[in-house]
Amino acid sequence: MDCYLDYNAEAPIKPAVCDAMRDAMAQVGNPSSVHGYGRQARRAVERAREQVAALTAAQPGDVIFTSSGTEANNLALKGTGRGRLLISAIEHDSVLGSATDASILPVDGDGLVNLAALEAALAEDQTPALVSLMLANNETGVIQPIAEAARIAHAHGALLHCDAVQAPGRLSIDRAQLGADLLSLSAHKMGGPQGIGALILGDGVEIEAQLAGGRQETGRRAGSENMSGIVGFGVAAELAEDDLADVARIASLRDRIEAEISALGGGLIGNRVPRLCNTACIAMPTMPSETQVMGFDLAGVAVSAGSACSSGKVGPSHVLKAMDIDRGLASRAVRISLGWRTSVGDVVRVIDVWTDLRSQGCGGSAGHEV
Amino acid sequence: MSLTVLRQASANIKLPIYLDYQATTPLDPRALEAMMPYLTEHFGNPHSSTHVFGSTSADAVERAREQVASLIGADPREIIFTSGATEANNLALKGVAAFEYEHHKGRRNRVITVVTEHKCVIETCKHLGRDGLEIVTLPVNDRGFVDLGELADVMNDETLLVSVMGVNNETGVIQPLAEIGALCREYGAHLHSDCAQAVGKIPLDVNAMNIDLMSISSHKVYGPKGVGALYMRRRPRVRLLPMTDGGGQERGMRSGTVPTPSCVGFGEACAIAEAEMESDNERLAALRDRLLEGITASVEGVSLNGDRTRRIPGNLNLSFTGVGGEQLVEALSDLAVSTGSACNSASVEPSYVLMAMGMGSERADASIRFGIGRFTTEAEIDYAIQTVAEQLSRLRGEK
Repeated sequence: MDCYLDYNAEAPIKPAVCDAMRDAMAQVGNPSSVHGYGRQARRAVERAREQVAALTAAQPGDVIFTSSGTEANNLALKGTGRGRLLISAIEHDSVLGSATDASILPVDGDGLVNLAALEAALAEDQTPALVSLMLANNETGVIQPIAEAARIAHAHGALLHCDAVQAPGRLSIDRAQLGADLLSLSAHKMGGPQGIGALILGDGVEIEAQLAGGRQETGRRAGSENMSGIVGFGVAAELAEDDLADVARIASLRDRIEAEISALGGGLIGNRVPRLCNTACIAMPTMPSETQVMGFDLAGVAVSAGSACSSGKVGPSHVLKAMDIDRGLASRAVRISLGWRTSVGDVVRVIDVWTDLRSQGCGGSAGHEV
Repeated sequence: MSLTVLRQASANIKLPIYLDYQATTPLDPRALEAMMPYLTEHFGNPHSSTHVFGSTSADAVERAREQVASLIGADPREIIFTSGATEANNLALKGVAAFEYEHHKGRRNRVITVVTEHKCVIETCKHLGRDGLEIVTLPVNDRGFVDLGELADVMNDETLLVSVMGVNNETGVIQPLAEIGALCREYGAHLHSDCAQAVGKIPLDVNAMNIDLMSISSHKVYGPKGVGALYMRRRPRVRLLPMTDGGGQERGMRSGTVPTPSCVGFGEACAIAEAEMESDNERLAALRDRLLEGITASVEGVSLNGDRTRRIPGNLNLSFTGVGGEQLVEALSDLAVSTGSACNSASVEPSYVLMAMGMGSERADASIRFGIGRFTTEAEIDYAIQTVAEQLSRLRGEK
């Protein structure tokens, strides 16, 4: 069986999610219709809304379902009407792309955002601002000091948006405690289906819909509700809370990968600060990332060199660049990310393949080196 | 046969009978079956190009793209997957307008649309109007059609875009897209068509009809909810600016992870529609005629809304004199029907579509949309006829 270690791109759908979706798909009914079938679909959507809200200790009425984490991020950044945007240099492409005029906050060598820079930027300009910071980075797993950033933002009258797509099941999330005025989630990163996400709003935060049309999602997102996707998301959100009990196991598996690989000369990135239990970012001596991931794939191991969205792109990731990681090291980094189905066998396998590739790289196949 | 007798005779009829196929269609079991592998073992992110999990999903998405394209005579590269027709409509209209402004300083500034369009086209046009475009909204006649002469009168060299739906969601009336397309070519304007209700119901060919942009919804063609597509012509190329920024998926036109299982189900539904449209339509036309004849034979004061012939067979929009719409829906609780589009069904206003066809608010209010489809049976139609007959006589007797 193939060894899948790319959970930050995609977590396999959990069986209970699939079952719930299958039942939902067997039902007919548009949740906006007033007849019995419509009301039945509406109840399923509202139950899922409660489940997703509970994941972040939010109110169901504050959950806006979107088609993805990307759409949730776009809605957050474009919908608050804040004229000034501040984001970190390591945000996901969907935040970077939605905020092309934003001031970019630097991160340090460990990938942590510079809060002094945030404070200074907010102090020098009183324009009502929106600050957008991710809870955990998709490439390194590094966890940002969101609550502290929120306190700074709020002291200057700014709103804080938090892209929390990578966090469910790996960190417990309390929207209010984080101080996030807006928070993005994606179902398929937590064992739910692709094609569904959510933006969760804090008390009194208003958002202008980016899609014009019907009055779905209390006028904040038009389009017929993706009922079966929403149902699957709800179940996945509930199960993500159970995953928190699995964090110690996942962390020990990840730590084993890192310990054995670093003993063989692998360079660990982002491991000196608090980060997600499941993510390892490791540079191999001599072999470029692209060659490594191909080697892993041929050996039946799925890993990646950065985020899936940009996996067609060449060149080192913007995240590692922002961390000022040595260019050579960054160009040899591979992300290994674990999840609910990961076993000891997977761990042994990835270490073995890494070791093989490492010896190939040392075997003088200089032609591989770009 | 009385309702009680019918009820006993058709114990296999599930109540209420689903007659709201324009709001959403049941997922075809064959589409669900096609989706299942991608909801289980083939779970990869289609954009993960570095491993086989990703490429398996990507291959499935591309196959689905071919199936969708084939149904409308398009090239697969012209299909952009979206979250649904609402997003496709928004992307088409706002995207073309934004590109025109950025690259041609808005030289073409006129957008022509029709009063009976879906809410999301109307709302998007309002949005464009606030941005400074000139929006011309054409009326329809009493049968629901846009007048080609009137369209020609408002076309000019500044016309950027004409947006006309293929099939109306409330009346099922089919607009003359090919003629409109020819007119648009003459003026170099783009034709966008919201074909959420048309795809898989009537033959469509983007080239023969000169359609430049077409919005498609999966859950109106027996595919899953939460997915749709925008067709975007490549030759001559239609250019637009994306609305959603991010990873640059879908040729940069629509960022966000493409949902593999949904696309697979959508693609399969399109392939089924392509193979079965003709036979489906024949069967539906017979059921529709049976429903119409059955109701008119047993109930007085029934009128058909929308043209009698140029409509899809799966729609029957009827008005009943002397009763109220809400009252009707309540009385017909054995039938899952609606009084207008699902998006507006929480509102109590009479349908703007029927009003635009010149109906008084009383007739518009007393209208019911019967949407029939692939899984509707003759027994269900007979039951529906009986229900309508009994309830109408009860309602009218009460007066």
